[in-house]
Amino acid sequence: MTDIPRPTFSQRLNDSDLWLSFKATPVAMVAACVTVFIFLLALFAPLISPQNAFDPAALNLMDGFTHPMERGIGSNMLFALGSDAQGRDMLSALFYGTRVSLLVGFCSVAFSMTLGISLGLIAGYVGGRTELIIMRIADIQLSFPAILIALLVFGVARGLIPPNQHETTALFVIIFAIGLSHWAQYARTVRASAMVERNKDYVHAARLIGIRGLPIMAKHILPNVMGPVLVISTINLALAVIEEATLSFFGVGMPVTQPSLGTLIRFGQQFLVSGEWWILFFPALTIVILGLAINLLGDWLRDAMNPKLR
Amino acid sequence: MLGYLIRSVLQALMVMLAVAFIAFSMFRYVGDPVASIVGQDATLKDRQELADSLGLNDPMLLQFGRFIGNAAQGDFGISYRQGRPVAALLRERLPATIELAVISGAIALIFGLGLGIYTALRREGIAANIVMSLSLIGVSLPTFLIGIGLIYIFGVTLRWLPTFGRGETVAFGWWTTGLLTESGRKSLVLPVITLAFFQLTLIMRLVRSEMLEVMRADYIRFARARGLTDGSINFRHALKNTMIPVVTITGLQLGSIVAFALVTETVFNWPGLGALFVKSVEVVDIPVMGAYLMFVGMIFVIVNLIVDMLYFLIDPRLRTGAKSQGR
Amino acid sequence: MTQPVLSVRNLKVEFVTRRGILRAIDDVSFDIAAGEVLGVVGESGAGKSLTGTAIIGLIDPPGRIAGGEVLLQGSRIDNLDKESLRKIRGKRIGMIFQDPLTSLNPLFRISEQLIETIRTHTQMNEAQARQRAIDLLTEVGIPAPEKRIDSYPHEFSGGMRQRVVIALALAAEPELIIADEPTTALDVSVQAQIITLLKKLCRERGTAVMLVTHDMGVIAETADRVAVMYAGRIAEIGPVRDVVQKARHPYAKGLMGAIPTLEATAERLVQIPGSMPRLTAIPQGCAFNPRCGEVFARCHIERPEAIKVGQSDVACWLYDKAETASGKGVAA
Repeated sequence: MTDIPRPTFSQRLNDSDLWLSFKATPVAMVAACVTVFIFLLALFAPLISPQNAFDPAALNLMDGFTHPMERGIGSNMLFALGSDAQGRDMLSALFYGTRVSLLVGFCSVAFSMTLGISLGLIAGYVGGRTELIIMRIADIQLSFPAILIALLVFGVARGLIPPNQHETTALFVIIFAIGLSHWAQYARTVRASAMVERNKDYVHAARLIGIRGLPIMAKHILPNVMGPVLVISTINLALAVIEEATLSFFGVGMPVTQPSLGTLIRFGQQFLVSGEWWILFFPALTIVILGLAINLLGDWLRDAMNPKLR
Repeated sequence: MLGYLIRSVLQALMVMLAVAFIAFSMFRYVGDPVASIVGQDATLKDRQELADSLGLNDPMLLQFGRFIGNAAQGDFGISYRQGRPVAALLRERLPATIELAVISGAIALIFGLGLGIYTALRREGIAANIVMSLSLIGVSLPTFLIGIGLIYIFGVTLRWLPTFGRGETVAFGWWTTGLLTESGRKSLVLPVITLAFFQLTLIMRLVRSEMLEVMRADYIRFARARGLTDGSINFRHALKNTMIPVVTITGLQLGSIVAFALVTETVFNWPGLGALFVKSVEVVDIPVMGAYLMFVGMIFVIVNLIVDMLYFLIDPRLRTGAKSQGR
Repeated sequence: MTQPVLSVRNLKVEFVTRRGILRAIDDVSFDIAAGEVLGVVGESGAGKSLTGTAIIGLIDPPGRIAGGEVLLQGSRIDNLDKESLRKIRGKRIGMIFQDPLTSLNPLFRISEQLIETIRTHTQMNEAQARQRAIDLLTEVGIPAPEKRIDSYPHEFSGGMRQRVVIALALAAEPELIIADEPTTALDVSVQAQIITLLKKLCRERGTAVMLVTHDMGVIAETADRVAVMYAGRIAEIGPVRDVVQKARHPYAKGLMGAIPTLEATAERLVQIPGSMPRLTAIPQGCAFNPRCGEVFARCHIERPEAIKVGQSDVACWLYDKAETASGKGVAA
């Protein structure tokens, strides 16, 4: 019997079902490209923005209300996506806004994931009353719209934080609020996995020896749940971005000094009727594209990981 | 059977209690009941006396009990901002939300169900693919953007429909309805579409995926192996089996439509509970927030109970329950 | 000679996947006569169940019949349109699946499921169909059928459920029954009852039976002939006594040798080294050649044809006359 060489990582990757599926699904590839493109734009916002949109000194009032693809009267700068009432370049505002939106999105997903996985592990491992309570709470939470929970948390946080610190803490409060509204789905998945694992012999054996089962379980459960967790996270990201936009649109999200896409839309709504449609349109378009791309990616990921469909 | 009923009701009560507790905590610890009543100059002694008279220094359980007692009678305290009893505010705005929610829910349910079944049975067809693509957009578009879009197209540009408020309403006792006036009905159109859209796409995708799952089941295979007609397999067998998970999730979805309406209400300036809630978060009006939470909790619990009952009717395995092995 | 009820000729079933086209059933041929029970055995994944599914026309995409013919009483059924195929299913070919718990729709009463099946294939009215259903239940051995007919599936035990499944499969008096692992999900004590029942009912009606299983004990008890499948091909097919007691194909030999018996004096069970190849990696020539203890050069090059040895057909070059002559093969 000759020795079969172990495939290298890149070989395994290339041969893996996931990559094959990706290559075979043009929609997924396009969605991935778009998503990555937007991420990069957001990441390098300060470097690629023609104007530092939120520094009042950089603005020229005479540039106000410039149409897209025209030069401003005051500074003669080319405003690719037009400018708002104060001469702010909408393209730059868009980059910065996307940045904030995505920052909130990623952080809140990270928070939900950590919280959800931890609670799910505890629930699954400890079992008994703790599990019952945690799961009940998760079930109840899943039936309330996330936006409601986020609003509630936000309102309570606001009640507890003195008014003069509202703006500076807005980012953290929003991340916390949105993160808190999405943990349940993770907890459910992880707990289901944990329930299966905790009855396995190696856990019993470890307990007998005196090793705490939890780290061992974590080591074995986590790889198994990474697939579903990834799918949930992708969809969650889209939800978080949309949720943040909604909150900002309501006026209870990111403030004007640190605007996200939602804030920009709120800002631009008043100009819709008077004809300066571009102030609202481009941020809105960005959210739609971002949401769509991430959702498509998430959909494909879910189908690709479903063993029944392979 | 009775056991199942009792258990469902008990669970409902527990949930209600938990929600009430959260609301109570908010009232008591986040807001400052004393500060909202007295002015800035009140002395510490005055505050403490007031706190005592309000029963704020009693044991927590007692305060909680009092809170529940009050709530049961419809007393949710006074709104910080508006100075009026919260209960009155709720009552004023309830009809607007209920009308919106019920009509949207009905539309979402009927069309969601229909389209879901259609796209499951006609997987390969062009129409099905178009519908699925549109549904994907529906899930990715934030509701408020749909609202804005509709306002712009139908309100501002075409000027076909009103975009602000409920139009004229007719009052019956303390209930007001917009269904009896033309402007009332017109005002309902855009908000209903906006609210129903998201729910519809959700229900549709759910029904579709559940039905596809059911179609793969062994008993469907066996039915086909017995030569039963497609009609019978699709609409008699598969449909009934699909209903169980669908009823659960759809029920909960629709239950939360009341809460979900808050986005739509804000965009269209619809004078409902949701808009009230959002405003109250902005100004940190704790009594209103708490009362809204209780209300939404109650709706959720009631819908849950109804879903449990429906479950019971559909799934015979629950009816025979413990006495399963033959007669 | 009377025509066989079922005739499978050079059947090929393929799956179109991202990794290419997989041949799950590769040139399989056999006949089943009226009243005869053909057992089909093999390891998991050998293609036994798939053959049954292909015959009744229930292969789902991405699988499809890629070649060959299936003939029922002499006429082709593999190329019929959907509606014609549906009419055949249940009426002329019945199928029994493995798990009685999931074969019955949990939300419908037994009476509803039986009556529906009966009325689909006959012209009976509700009352007649109900009576027939009760008669069927009596035949399959359900006690007090008039009372139990209105029960739900979950109110029956596993063995009872499988009896109901058999009743459903026989409801329209088909000429052929395909039984796909009908006893695997049942308790050992119940298995024997179900097999006996199946055998009795089919004998009485002269129904041909294709019995798919991996349980050799069931085969030995019930089958008249048996086909041993490997990697989508038939390794050996013949009368049950011959195949079980005097297996010729090295794989079949290994299979029979791996069965523990009370009289065996050997210390260890015979084990066939290695495992069945994945569909993506079927060896050239004879599919069994990597694991065969009697392999020689030709096995790696040419796929063996079915060679007549006594009353069996064996797909192994060992039995080719040419090889026998040159000393490599084995005399029949």
